[in-house]
Amino acid sequence: MKLRYAVLLLCALSFSSLFVGVSSLSLFDVWQMTEEQRQIFWSSRMPRLLSILMAGAGMAIAGLVMQQLTQNKFVSPTTAGTMDAARLGMLVSMLAFAGASSLVRISVAVAFAVAGTFIFMYILERVRGKDPIFIPLVGLMFGNILGSITMFFAYRYDLIQNMTAWLQGNFATIITGQYELLWFVVPIVGFTYWYADRITVVGMGESFAKNVGVSYRTVVNIGLILVAVMTSLIVLTVGMIPFLGLIIPNIVTIFRGDHMRKNLPFTAVFGAIFVLVCDLFGRTIIYPYEIPIGLTVGVIGSGLFLYLLLRRQRYGL
Amino acid sequence: MILAESVTKQYGAAAVVDEVTASIREGTMTTFIGPNGAGKSTLLSMVSRLLKRDGGSVSIDGMPMEHFHDKELAKKLAILKQSNEMNVRLSIYDLVSFGRFPYSRGRLTAEDRRVIDESIAYVELESMQNKYLDELSGGQRQRAFIAMILAQDTDYILLDEPLNNLDMRHSVQIMKVLRSLVDDLGKTVVLVVHDINFASCYSDFILAMKNGKVVKEGRTWEVIHPDHLKEIYDMDFQVQEINNQKICVYFS
Amino acid sequence: MGSKWKIILLILVTLVLSTVFMTIGADGNWEYVLPRRGKMLAAFALTGGAIAYSTVVFQTITGNRILTPNIIGLDSLYLLVQTFIIFVFGSLSFVMTTANVNFVLSSFIMVGFAFLFYKLLFRGEKHQLYFLLLVGFVLGTFFSSLTTFMQVLMDPNEFQTVQNRMFASFQRVETDLLFITGTVFAILTLLGLRYRPYLDVIALGKDHAVNLGVPYDRIVKRLLILVAALISIATALVGPIMFLGLLVANVTYELMRTYEHRVLLPASMLVGMSSLLLGQLVVEHVFTFNTTLSVIINFVGGVYFLWLILKERKS
Repeated sequence: MKLRYAVLLLCALSFSSLFVGVSSLSLFDVWQMTEEQRQIFWSSRMPRLLSILMAGAGMAIAGLVMQQLTQNKFVSPTTAGTMDAARLGMLVSMLAFAGASSLVRISVAVAFAVAGTFIFMYILERVRGKDPIFIPLVGLMFGNILGSITMFFAYRYDLIQNMTAWLQGNFATIITGQYELLWFVVPIVGFTYWYADRITVVGMGESFAKNVGVSYRTVVNIGLILVAVMTSLIVLTVGMIPFLGLIIPNIVTIFRGDHMRKNLPFTAVFGAIFVLVCDLFGRTIIYPYEIPIGLTVGVIGSGLFLYLLLRRQRYGL
Repeated sequence: MILAESVTKQYGAAAVVDEVTASIREGTMTTFIGPNGAGKSTLLSMVSRLLKRDGGSVSIDGMPMEHFHDKELAKKLAILKQSNEMNVRLSIYDLVSFGRFPYSRGRLTAEDRRVIDESIAYVELESMQNKYLDELSGGQRQRAFIAMILAQDTDYILLDEPLNNLDMRHSVQIMKVLRSLVDDLGKTVVLVVHDINFASCYSDFILAMKNGKVVKEGRTWEVIHPDHLKEIYDMDFQVQEINNQKICVYFS
Repeated sequence: MGSKWKIILLILVTLVLSTVFMTIGADGNWEYVLPRRGKMLAAFALTGGAIAYSTVVFQTITGNRILTPNIIGLDSLYLLVQTFIIFVFGSLSFVMTTANVNFVLSSFIMVGFAFLFYKLLFRGEKHQLYFLLLVGFVLGTFFSSLTTFMQVLMDPNEFQTVQNRMFASFQRVETDLLFITGTVFAILTLLGLRYRPYLDVIALGKDHAVNLGVPYDRIVKRLLILVAALISIATALVGPIMFLGLLVANVTYELMRTYEHRVLLPASMLVGMSSLLLGQLVVEHVFTFNTTLSVIINFVGGVYFLWLILKERKS
């Protein structure tokens, strides 16, 4: 498939996303919007679309980078504890830095995500029997451990209901002033694209990287930080979107092979398309109510993941 | 006698072992040789029931393998694979006593202990029988596993690349142990070996495989011949007799 | 110290903890305190024992000390069932208020799920254990997604009932349920003991086990179903405690330092019961009920476990 068509599809979907919602706003109104409609368009519809695009592309690329670094198709921020670490960070920042500026609180969450991802990599170097299927199991267990620690504090400070809300990705509450953090995803994606070849080299192994003169540690660390920052920004603004980073890169790989820099634009576009479709689906299926994106992606994502697993079992991915 | 008839293993469309028929004579040492990916280990795994066949049959002493009770088969035939990573921490004595499991289900009798002691003595590990496996060198570990298989007291002993990762001295030591199993105890030993000269110097029969098929089968003395070897490995060999043993030279 | 002495020591520790738990701060209110705490003590013994036993067996089968049998999504399924009942019928419905009905329903659904799961996935030859577990885990995530969705749509008062179900509770247990589960556990454990000799060999890995005459596939399948049944019933009785098994099994290995299941299984059951007792004492007297037993067990289990994998030498 040509990238051109994918982008066209994305544009069409984006366009229709702008005109789906409870308040009536049809295509024909664009040129003569009432004050109220303009309000809705710029402070709700547009931010929603933008955050979907950035979150979808960002999560997909975070997954791609992790898979390259670990050389394992089943590793992603969901299966490496990154998301759970970010969530623990959010809780800690709420408890310990309640009065601090939002920048401080965001930094705390990001720091936790980075630390969590590094611990996962540290564990990876130590587990025996690197069965590719075993690695994501370790990561998921690790995520659960972090989850239990989060739960411990949340229970003590009566924050469980807030936590449930973070658990579930949701675009419905996105309005101007709450999603701008996501803009950081754009430069990070740009940097990743520029950095992609080095990440590919590192994926081939430490000795290979050294042999072609690439500093293994530095690149791995930078790659992990990129992933962790991107993930925590997305968890902070829209919540957890499970499996996205896992399935999109895998699907792209199936028909495009493994060259990271060439795959990156596809991965980004397909990530955005996937989230957009899930979001449109969630908004229309029980209209005028909405199914949160966390659920639609959770259901469709786990289905697709199972399919990928079974497929690998049959053909080897 | 172990008889394999048109045994087949397929992965996807490719047959790794393609309708192989082979027999293994009692009281001899038979070596499987061949280039990488020829299907030697796969054949050995199927003959030892570790791997299910996609076709064909295997019989042991005239009885189809499936007709044996699991426990009875474990008293008849033992298999040692090449990688023996353990999740549990065991001493040599513990490991070897597992060889008696088919007989006593974990409750060792005096007879079991006698066999265990003998097996450990046979591979000369008595002095360190209480050491743990992770404290041993590669050669000692391999001997410990062989002792376990000895304690199993089977007629047939199958080994998949037992010389892997061993230096020359340990390799010779292991091969001598295996040889004496045949000569002194009348066992039947089948093994996969990569070093053609070990096969030539120690085994009675050679079964050569290539691309999932048997290309040559017979007495060692006959198979070790430049023409046959060229057919098997697609390279030139010189065969020289030194001390009544055929040695293959293929380095240049 | 020999294994025998260690076991005796563990029995003593369990007895001391039980006595402390039964008597501490009773103030002579024996008629009130004894039956109430006795019930909890029985629940600790049953769930602690069942979860410990099944985790050790499960880890032996998987050849791994960092996996728990809950991994196939049983906890998530339990919460899904509870949430679904409350969502559809309300928290005052017959099923929610009658503990016995709820217990029977939940355990049947979970055991049925586990049975079907293994049945379907063990068909065909090419199964791999880790593959199986990952599929289970993904199913768990699927269940959680559905659960969260219903919870978000739920009335806040109803949500309170769900939240109570999210944490294991030993106070909630009914006396007649204890007798039922006690009997079922005893039967299952005895059934499992038939395979006890095989466990030591299975721990060596599949190839060695087959070589030594273990009917591997058949036994592993039965044991996995047994494990799932034990875990399901324990969860249906008190609620989910994911990390209890992990904590208990690993403490047992460190303590006993042996591979023999003859020793490991009873030891782990004692450790399981003691951990719950200790946890409950901490909840009551250190945190003064400001947390719950399952939260604290999961916390301690999680942290201990993290430490355990981090100290593992690089391989």
